[in-house]
Amino acid sequence: MPDAGAFSGVETALASGDVDALFIFILAICAFFFILTQGLLIYFALRYRRKKGEQPAPTPYITGNTVLEAVWIVVPSLLLIAIFGYGFAVFVKMRTPLPGAAEVHVTASQFVWNFQYPDGRRSVNELRLAVGKPVKLIMTSTDVIHGLFIPDFRQKMDLLPGRYTFLWLLPKKTGTFDIYCAEYCGTGHSIMRATLIVMPQAEYQAWVQAETQKLQAGTQSIAGKGKSLFESSGCLGCHSIDGTPKVGPTLKGIFGRTVQLADGKTVRADEEYLRESLVDPNAKIVKGFQPIMPTFKMTLKDDDLAAVIAYMKTLQ
Amino acid sequence: MKSEQPKHEGAPVSARLGIWAFLATELLLFGALFTVYAVYRTVYPDLFHQEHLKLNRLLGALNTILLLTSSLSMAVGIAAIRRGRQQVLKIALVLTLLLAAGFLGIKYLEWSEDFSHGLLPKSNLFFGLYFMMTGLHGLHVIFGMLVMAWLLVCANRGQFSADYNTPVEVTGLYWHFVDLVWIYLFPLLYLVG
Amino acid sequence: MSEEMVQSSGLRRGYLEERGFRSWAFTHDHKRIGIMYLIATHLFFLVGGLLAVLLRLKLLTPGPALMSSHAYNVLFTMHGAMMIFLFIIPAIPSSLGNFFIPLLIGARDVAFPRLNLYSLWLFLIGIVVTVASLLNPIDTGWTFYTPYSAKSATAVTALSLGLFLVGLSSILTGLNFLVTIHTMRAHGMTWYRMPLFIWGMYATSVIQVLATPVIGMTFVLLVAERLLGVGFFDPAKGGDPLLFQHFFWFYSHPVVYVMILPAMGIISEVIPTFARKPIFGYKAIAYSALAIAFIGFLVWGHHMFVSGMSTTASVIFSFLTFFVAVPTGVKIFNWIATLYRGSISLQSPMIWALTFIFLFIIGGLTGLFLGSLATDVHVTDTYFLVAHFHYTMMGGTVMGLFAGLHYWFPKMTGRMLNERWAFHAWWLIVTGFNVTFFPMFILGMQGMPRRYAEYPAKYQPLNIVATVGSWVLALGILIMFVNFIRSLRHGPAAPDNPWHGLTLEWTIPSPPPVENFEEIPTVTDWPYSYGEKEEPGNEE
Repeated sequence: MPDAGAFSGVETALASGDVDALFIFILAICAFFFILTQGLLIYFALRYRRKKGEQPAPTPYITGNTVLEAVWIVVPSLLLIAIFGYGFAVFVKMRTPLPGAAEVHVTASQFVWNFQYPDGRRSVNELRLAVGKPVKLIMTSTDVIHGLFIPDFRQKMDLLPGRYTFLWLLPKKTGTFDIYCAEYCGTGHSIMRATLIVMPQAEYQAWVQAETQKLQAGTQSIAGKGKSLFESSGCLGCHSIDGTPKVGPTLKGIFGRTVQLADGKTVRADEEYLRESLVDPNAKIVKGFQPIMPTFKMTLKDDDLAAVIAYMKTLQ
Repeated sequence: MKSEQPKHEGAPVSARLGIWAFLATELLLFGALFTVYAVYRTVYPDLFHQEHLKLNRLLGALNTILLLTSSLSMAVGIAAIRRGRQQVLKIALVLTLLLAAGFLGIKYLEWSEDFSHGLLPKSNLFFGLYFMMTGLHGLHVIFGMLVMAWLLVCANRGQFSADYNTPVEVTGLYWHFVDLVWIYLFPLLYLVG
Repeated sequence: MSEEMVQSSGLRRGYLEERGFRSWAFTHDHKRIGIMYLIATHLFFLVGGLLAVLLRLKLLTPGPALMSSHAYNVLFTMHGAMMIFLFIIPAIPSSLGNFFIPLLIGARDVAFPRLNLYSLWLFLIGIVVTVASLLNPIDTGWTFYTPYSAKSATAVTALSLGLFLVGLSSILTGLNFLVTIHTMRAHGMTWYRMPLFIWGMYATSVIQVLATPVIGMTFVLLVAERLLGVGFFDPAKGGDPLLFQHFFWFYSHPVVYVMILPAMGIISEVIPTFARKPIFGYKAIAYSALAIAFIGFLVWGHHMFVSGMSTTASVIFSFLTFFVAVPTGVKIFNWIATLYRGSISLQSPMIWALTFIFLFIIGGLTGLFLGSLATDVHVTDTYFLVAHFHYTMMGGTVMGLFAGLHYWFPKMTGRMLNERWAFHAWWLIVTGFNVTFFPMFILGMQGMPRRYAEYPAKYQPLNIVATVGSWVLALGILIMFVNFIRSLRHGPAAPDNPWHGLTLEWTIPSPPPVENFEEIPTVTDWPYSYGEKEEPGNEE
């Protein structure tokens, strides 16, 4: 929604204010033509109307007016070129590489967003950036076309398999922002959402350090490590641990439970079942749920899988 | 514009306009495939060069001669029926059909040879294009042959004359187009690659 | 049109007189062929509309209630595919075009009547194949983007083949119309004495003939990818998914002009007739139809600004896109100028024509935000886009179709529609339409993406508004169709020229006889000599 950011000089991100200003420019031109044309349309229709059954009044034999017709070809053409030019200028600004940008790799799969930071750390469905620091998103997909859309930044770009596409971001305000998938990609398209968290620079540095330490610390218990992976992999987006069913079944008490499958069979949720659910989630679908869970075989190695399973055993 | 057609040599205006409009659609149909060719030839020049050598240029050239000759026989047939020579038309149609059949026969030989060497549409982008383009072209040859067979039946019933030979002329134009497409296909696939 | 009804009406029965299945299934009469297309396309309009009502029900709540995401995705795919390929593209051209092109140019039929019949058969076979794909319903969206459509385990192949046949049917129809308009105009009807509906249909036919083969080939290539493993669109095999998009939009952009130009042609007939004034700027309107057709072929990339297409290509496409607004604007200004100092009768055809102009202006203006590169990045693939194309396609084409149906109903059926029912249907439809679709502009600007089975809760209030609007819209459409059917049975007999129009279809009985004209007329003037130049005694 275009907001006052356009005029107050405080944008959420690079060019977002420019986009809003352009939007208002186009809106003003549209409003002018809207009032002119609709106004005349309604005015003439009412002013010159005749009652039912009434004989038509004599009308002037006007077949055209060259001057008028020339005016309404030339004037709109000029306005349209102006709109084009303005849009072009802002577009170029949005697509111009930012010097010194940190590179974040984005990989989209059905139906999850994987981010990888320059230092190699990964996160799922969450991207954290420092305010005021330029970032280049290097994006690709592992399967079908997806689209990264950050409404608050007025930015959008598709992700394709087999090639890279790019977005340059320069966050200017701290806050939490939505990331949506904007290119239809299948059953889970509408729940393929992520969060963008823009933090003040000092806070961001502190967070990076804490995250790095957590990874390096091998002193975590297996279940503890599993808990961190569980949280950072976005499992809570679809599964609860308190018993409420969400998009996916609750994981409270999962280990050892007898599970009803969609094809009528039942299975015991042992280590093998849990491992399969993470690596090949659509092999067995729980009754009453949809086959939209993404695979984690790319992001969780064998140790990680074991840790996550160990954690899930603790969810009673 | 009069509502009755003025007497013309050959087919009436509407029939000619109709077939030309139809050929325009065919141009765009094949044009899409030629566009795919242009795109991938630019992106993968080495693949195209390497793979095109696997095509049998001799058979391709032979097919070109067959098709060109069939266009000639068709043109002879049209010229003949314009002068009322029904017998020549029938011979010309038979000849055209035989040449077209020959074309298809050689195509069949080429394709079987390719399949036996494991060259399939899915093998790579060049062969995907080769099979799609020659396949679409072959379908048009078959369709043309079916129409010509029907023309032969009509000709045998004496339906064509100097005054009325519109279906023959219209089919002739179609057939020349099919020939023309091959004249582009052959060098692009077999020679230039 | 039941037999008893036709018999008991006591009307001249004309082209409807001959009865029996064979007289319809094997007819060469362009009027009967037009009626059959009319019924088929409007059937799919109602089915597609029902799907839309179901979609909007799902969207009452943001979460997973009512139906699964997969079911929703199937619904919007079928809604789009049916509405676009089985309704809106063929509706005006194949039904009203077929019926009225020969009448408006003073001909007895189209240039190739048998081809016309075969086109209809192809269309019907295509429909059967398309509907058969519902056995394994597809969920790719009507745009079938690869790789998803190439990989999907649903009946993409069947649907592609069905639509290929439907497309072939429309190519042959377009070809038929082109030749008809070129060669079968009555004596004295020069190009500049042709009704503007004919100019519009001419431009439409040019687009159909040139653009449709490309989508035909695209479907064939998609099927080849699925069945033969050919990899033109598959990056794993060196192919490019964007190539599919270029081919797809090379057709699908011009086709929106196939949708709108016939409707604009109808408006150009209705406005002068009901304002009793000559059309303002005849040549400009005629040429603008050709200009729209031409420029329409050059702008397809504006659907791909965020697809990964290069910045340079995006800039070129955006620049060209703005130019299509100029001839479009010319038409709108000229129609409004025609109203100036007219003597306007606000009967149902006219209120629909005025509604077209009003709603199409909104649709057209919102296109500016989409054509402009920087704003498009934000609003494309959101509900803003959904609102834009519904304003142009439904607010435009469909309302124009309604204008044409109300205008020509008496001629086609020999009956008059009930004006009161028509008025009630009208205000329900207009209200419902705006309440449904206007909030979507706001939802889109707020960031709600399209094709979302579930959505963030903050978008719910406007979604509820839109859904309620859809109920009002559906009710209005229902009333309108009931009016059509009731009037067929009980409507008062229609005179030859209920609207005192000057085009040739009004010089023959309602409904027309099989051969249209007893004697092919000789035309001496253009059909817009309303007002001071009109012969006295012309109005009854």
